[in-house]
Amino acid sequence: MMIEARGLVRTFKTKRGRGTNLVHAVQGVDLDVADGEIVGFLGPNGAGKTTTMRMLATLIKPTAGTATVAGCDLAEDPVGVRRRIGYVAQSGSTLPEAIAGDEVVAHARLYGVPKATAIARGQKLFDELDLPGMWRRQSKTLSGGQRRRLDIVMGLIHDPKLIFMDEPTTGLDPQARANLWEHIRGLRERGATIFLTTHYLDEADALCDRILVIDHGKIVASGTPEELKQQVSGDAVKLTLADASQVEMVSKIASSLPGATEAETDSNTVTFRIPQGGSVLPGLLRSIDLQGIELAGVEVHRPTLDDVFLTMTGRSLRDDTDTPPAAETETDTEKEAVTV
Amino acid sequence: MTVLRETWIVFHRQMTLSLRNPTWSILMLSQPLLYLFLFGPLLKPITGQIAQGNDVNAYQVFIPGLIVQLGMFGAMFVGFALIAEYRAGVIEADRVTPASRIALLAGRVLRDVIVLVVQSLILIALSYPMGLRAPIGGVLLALVIVALLGATFASLSYSVALITKSEDALAPLLNGIAMPLLLSGILLPMSLGPTWLERLSDISPLKHIVEGVRALFRGDISSSTSMWGLFWVLLLTVIGLWSGARTFRKESA
Repeated sequence: MMIEARGLVRTFKTKRGRGTNLVHAVQGVDLDVADGEIVGFLGPNGAGKTTTMRMLATLIKPTAGTATVAGCDLAEDPVGVRRRIGYVAQSGSTLPEAIAGDEVVAHARLYGVPKATAIARGQKLFDELDLPGMWRRQSKTLSGGQRRRLDIVMGLIHDPKLIFMDEPTTGLDPQARANLWEHIRGLRERGATIFLTTHYLDEADALCDRILVIDHGKIVASGTPEELKQQVSGDAVKLTLADASQVEMVSKIASSLPGATEAETDSNTVTFRIPQGGSVLPGLLRSIDLQGIELAGVEVHRPTLDDVFLTMTGRSLRDDTDTPPAAETETDTEKEAVTV
Repeated sequence: MTVLRETWIVFHRQMTLSLRNPTWSILMLSQPLLYLFLFGPLLKPITGQIAQGNDVNAYQVFIPGLIVQLGMFGAMFVGFALIAEYRAGVIEADRVTPASRIALLAGRVLRDVIVLVVQSLILIALSYPMGLRAPIGGVLLALVIVALLGATFASLSYSVALITKSEDALAPLLNGIAMPLLLSGILLPMSLGPTWLERLSDISPLKHIVEGVRALFRGDISSSTSMWGLFWVLLLTVIGLWSGARTFRKESA
């Protein structure tokens, strides 16, 4: 196991006016990450993703709970953990005025990497991560995507076994995101284990072997993207009828299928959810045909992770990410936080 | 030793960053000159009063105050740079490395101390042609005091910066501290003022440090005044470095 955490808890004390508030950012997280996995930590802002990750990366102490990270005990040997992990923070890692290569070399040397090795390894990583000619550039002259990749170079410079990435693609344009996904997959091929947080469903879906869904400081679901989708809602089936008057008859047939849920009708459409929609469909179409009903169209949609999230938590992940105030909650809490 | 090596790495990074910034270098070098050439002429008319019967000239009184002030104020505001680094994620990136937390602080403080010593050397070198007379041993010991004072204030400044993490909180705080410190007889001896003000300034360790440096510039190296100055600066340094180190440890688990 690369990460084995049991009962991680983190409580912040925040000052609001005269009183102090206890914010229960993480409330008992158990998680396991195997060697060579890409595991995604999915949840809305303020769910406790970053706090959990910062605990595992030795940046803040857990209020309670234990963890073994990259073979070292988090509480007993934080230095051992630091030696073996790379951490790509949300906030970046280089000073805007600094020369990119200098920052990388200084960072590597803090890990005990000799200067010559650091330069060679850094320049190789610049090539691999698509940063040609950026070695002597000030980091403020790099584009958003390039700066993100520079952060990743910083996180990889000491060749860690385990890499934490906090919202690696937030703020990037779609092309830069897709490009970064490629690079992250490439890291795994080199034998690294990757643990990342995201509030993008497509990112978790496209990139991760396994997903942990976190909400209000607790893990509410875990599994492969496929498992999560199957386990929760089933496929969405939409039947469009040629004759609107037959909607009720079709709805009755659909509802009688084993496992069918959420059957709804519109003027000339019937929608419902059913596990393994693709395999149920032929039989369904046959019985509709036997009744002499004519269909104008059939659609089957695989469930999305948003459906998963909605079922697990009762709210949509998408709603949450679109609200700027919610986006500030977690950072504010952490900035004002005082260790309890 | 690993801590020393790591301190050197942090120092080297900071120094490279500073030296690469031409505005910074020019300001760093010109600041002592401005003090010397703009403040110096003001001293001439009151030389007699300052000397108070001792066989000293105005620069022997004025330059010690200037370098102490340089050590104090130069170092006091370094916390702002730390907040900029914090914003850019550098502090977090530093903390996630296995490097000693003390080294992360010490490397930065060392840069500030070197800058102060260089500034003081420029100041002293330029004052000799203007009439400064001071024994070399006393001057060297005075530089040690300035270096320790700089280390104290730099480390306190970093510590407060790391706790507040905000320029808006740091600025008024530092200004609030700076004002009473000026009342330590740094630029002018407190004996020029009324008795009550002089008594008030007696409680400031900085007054004794300045008096100590003045004694060193007069050549009274083994006098009790210079020994007390040394004592106070050492005490402040221990407090400053201890609290700085404590913050760097605590804030990073």
